[in-house]
Amino acid sequence: MSVIYILITVSLIVAVIFFVAFVMAVRSGQFDDGYTPSVRMLFEDELVEDADKNENSEPSK
Amino acid sequence: MDHSCYHCGIECDTNRIEFDGKPFCCNGCKTVFEILSGSGLSGYYELEKTPGISPEVKAGKYDFLENEELQHRLLDFYDGEMAIVNLYIPSMHCSSCIWVLENLQKLDSRIRSSQVNFPKKTARITFRSALSLKALVMLLTSIGYEPHISLDDYEKKKHSTNRSLIYKLGVAGFAFGNVMLLSFPEYFEIDEFWLNQYKPFFRLIMFAMSLPVVFYAASDYFTSAWKGLRSGILNIDVPIALGIAVLFLRSSWEIFSGTGQGFFDSLTGLLFFLLLGRYFQQRTYDFLSFERDYKSYFPIGITRINTKGQEEPVDIYKVREGDRLLIRNEEIIPADAILIRGRARVDYSFVTGESDPATRVSGDTLFAGGKQIGEAIEVEAIKDVSQSYLTQLWSNEIFQTDKNTRFRDLTNSISRYFTIVILCIALVAGAIWFYLDASKAVPVITAILIVACPCALALSAPFTLGNMLRIFGRRKFYLKDAQVIERMAAVGTVVFDKTGTITSGKGNEITYHGDTLARNEASLLRSTLRNSNHPLSRQLYELLDSYDILTLDHFNESSGKGVEGVSGSAKVRAGSPEFVGVSTDGAPLKTTVHIGINEKYKGTYTFYNKYRHGMAGLFKRLKKHYDLAILSGDNDSERENLEKLLPAGTRMFFEQKPDDKLEYIRFHQQEGSGIMMVGDGLNDAGALQQSDVGVAIAENVNVFSPACDAILDAEKLDALDGYLSASRKAVKIIKYSFVLSFLYNAVGLFFAVTGQLSPVVAAILMPLSSLTVVAFTTLATSWVGKALK
Repeated sequence: MSVIYILITVSLIVAVIFFVAFVMAVRSGQFDDGYTPSVRMLFEDELVEDADKNENSEPSK
Repeated sequence: MDHSCYHCGIECDTNRIEFDGKPFCCNGCKTVFEILSGSGLSGYYELEKTPGISPEVKAGKYDFLENEELQHRLLDFYDGEMAIVNLYIPSMHCSSCIWVLENLQKLDSRIRSSQVNFPKKTARITFRSALSLKALVMLLTSIGYEPHISLDDYEKKKHSTNRSLIYKLGVAGFAFGNVMLLSFPEYFEIDEFWLNQYKPFFRLIMFAMSLPVVFYAASDYFTSAWKGLRSGILNIDVPIALGIAVLFLRSSWEIFSGTGQGFFDSLTGLLFFLLLGRYFQQRTYDFLSFERDYKSYFPIGITRINTKGQEEPVDIYKVREGDRLLIRNEEIIPADAILIRGRARVDYSFVTGESDPATRVSGDTLFAGGKQIGEAIEVEAIKDVSQSYLTQLWSNEIFQTDKNTRFRDLTNSISRYFTIVILCIALVAGAIWFYLDASKAVPVITAILIVACPCALALSAPFTLGNMLRIFGRRKFYLKDAQVIERMAAVGTVVFDKTGTITSGKGNEITYHGDTLARNEASLLRSTLRNSNHPLSRQLYELLDSYDILTLDHFNESSGKGVEGVSGSAKVRAGSPEFVGVSTDGAPLKTTVHIGINEKYKGTYTFYNKYRHGMAGLFKRLKKHYDLAILSGDNDSERENLEKLLPAGTRMFFEQKPDDKLEYIRFHQQEGSGIMMVGDGLNDAGALQQSDVGVAIAENVNVFSPACDAILDAEKLDALDGYLSASRKAVKIIKYSFVLSFLYNAVGLFFAVTGQLSPVVAAILMPLSSLTVVAFTTLATSWVGKALK
C-alpha cells in the first residue's frame, strides 16, 4: 500500500504542472482581454480570394 | 437598388457616388473602399455589412506628431529601427474593425504587426521607423479609424495591469480543490487501519497547501483589517481576518498535536469564495474612462508661429505667455489668449454650458477650452495652460479625494456591530465553558470565531451590486464601480444641468410669430439663407425645406447682423432687429431671427432649446421621491419653458459658473441630503465630483465625458427614475441577504457554543451559506432587472 505515497506525489506533481500553466497564462496576458481572441480565431487569411468570388453574388439589401 | 453606402451604411440619395458598381455616400467612404480592396482587404465587407466609419481628415491636425519629443512621449518602445505604439481608437465597434486593424501590414509594408484589444478599444501597432508616427496616424484616420490622442497620453502610465487578484484566486482555487479531496476520507470518522496509517501524511499535505492561501491569497484581508484597526474602524475585514487567523492556528495545532484533522478545507474554501466575490465586483467597463479631466479633452500638441513667422508643432506644455498660436477649424484653444487675427466663432458649450457659439473680434480675450469653428485664427497666449481659467477648476481639493473613502458602505457599517457581538458571544460562551469543562473553553471560543467568520455577509454586497452593475450596463447606464449603487440608493436630491443634459445637443425648436410669409417670400428667404454659414441660418434653412430655391440677383452677409437677398423686385432681410429695422421691446435674451421683406417687418423666428424625449414624464416621476433642481450655465431665456416642463417647486438657477455649481452641491450636502448631479460638460466636472453620485450624460459613450461615477446614454435619460428605484431595491436585497447569512451564523453558532462543531459540519455549513447568498442575490437582482424598462 505504500504505492499510495507515489500516487499522491504523482497526482500532486500533475496538479502543480497545471497550476504553473495557469500562472504562465496569466503572466502572458491571456486574462487581460477575454473578447478579442474569440473573434480573431474566426478570421482566415484566404478570405480575400473568397471575397473576389462572392462579389458578384453579393445580395443587395 | 440599395441606397445605403456600401462602406458606412448611411442613406445616400442626393450626392451618391458610384464606384465599382457600389453606392457610396461620400468620397471619403469611396477612398476607404479603394484602399481596402486595392490591398486585398475587401474581406472587411464580408464579415459585417457596412462596417465602416466615414473618415474625416483635417489637414494639419496631426502636424504636432512631427515633434520628436512628443513622439517619444507617445511611443511605448523605440530603438531607432522599430517602434511600438498603443493607440486608443474609439470608433472600433465590430469584428470587421478587429480584422482590418490587425491586417494593417497589408496596407503598408512598413507596419510589422498590430494587435487589438477590443474591450479597451486599443490597438498595439509595431512598425518600422521608416514610417513616421504621423503617417501611421494619417493612414488610420484615412480608413476611418482615427485614434484619440490627447493630453492624457502625455504622462506615460505604466501599462502593467494588476493581475494579483487572478493569481490569488488561482492559488485559493487550487488549494481548495486539492484539500477538499484529501480531507474527504476523514469526514466519516471511520476507524480503519489504512486510513489511520495515512492520516498524518494527508494532514501534512493539507497544511502545506494552506500556507500559500493564508500568507499570499489572504494577505489583502490582513492588511485591510490592520489599516482599519489603526484608524479605529471595525471594517468587515476585521472579523474575516480574525476568522482566517483562528482557523489556521487551530487547524495547525490540531494536526500537530494529533487531536483532529483541522479545518483546512473550510479555510481554503472560504478564501476561494471571498476572492471570487471580489473578482466579481472588480470587473467593470474597460472601454470607458471615469477619471477624465480636461487633459483628455485637450490636444497634446499645437501649432506655434515662431518669431520668423513659421509654423512649428509644439508640445502644449511648452506654450508660454506671449506665444503666437494658430488655431484651425474645430481645434481647441489650449490657454487663455487674445485674438490677433481672424474671425473667431468659439463654441464654449462644453466649458460653460452656453449653447450658442460666441463671435469674437481681434483684441478680445478667448478662454481656454473653447472650440474654434470656421476659419483658422491666430491668438497670443496670455497664460500658461495649467493656469487658465478652466484648468484651475481642477486645483480644487475635491479632485484629490477618493469618493469611496468619503462614504462608508453598508457592509462596513454593519460589521462594526457584528464584530462586537461576535466577540461578546465568544467571551461569554468561553467563560461558561471554563466553569463547566475548562478543557473545552479554548475549542469553543475558536469554533465561534471560525463559524462566525462573515463569509456570506461579505459576499452579499459584491454579488448583489456586481450583478446590478451588469444589468445597468446592458441598459446603457455604466457605473464606475459597484459602490455607486449604494450611494444612489441614498440620494435625496437630483440636480440637473440644462444645456446638453436635458436639452439635446442637436438642433433647436423654432417658432414663428408675425405675419405669415407668402410662398414666394418663403422661397426667397430660404434661397438667401442657403448662402450663409451661420448656424441659425443653417437651422432655419432646414426648417423651410419644403420651399423652392430661387436664383438670387444679389446676396450680402453682414457679419454679426444678418443676411440680405434680392431676387427680381423682392428683397429679404433676416437677422438682428436693427438690421431689419424694428425696435426691440420683447425679451432680448432669446435667440431670435427677425425677417423683413421689402424694408417691411414681417415676423420673428424664435429658437428654443429642444428638450430630450420624455423629460416632463421623468421630472414628474422623480418629484414623488426627490427634490429637484436645475443648475444652468446659460442665461435665463428658457425659464418660461422650463417652468412648463418642471413640476412646481423645482429650484432653477441660471448663469452658474463651474465653481458656483460645485459650491451649490457642497452647501446642500452639508444639510445632510445625498445629491445626484446629472451633467454633461467640463463645466459640470466640479459638481459631478463633489456630488454623492455624478452622472455624465453622453450621446456617444465612447467620446469624452468628464470625470464621474456613472455614464448614461442620452437616449436613456428618461429611464433615470427606474435606475434609482432599482438601486434602492438592490440595497433592500443586500439587507435581506444579511438576514439570511445571520440565520446561517445562528445555526453555526449553536453548534459552536454547544461545543459540537466538527470539521464536517463547518465544511458543509460555510460553502452552503455562501452559495445560498450568491443564489439569492443573483436571482433577486435579475428579477429587479427585468422590471426595468
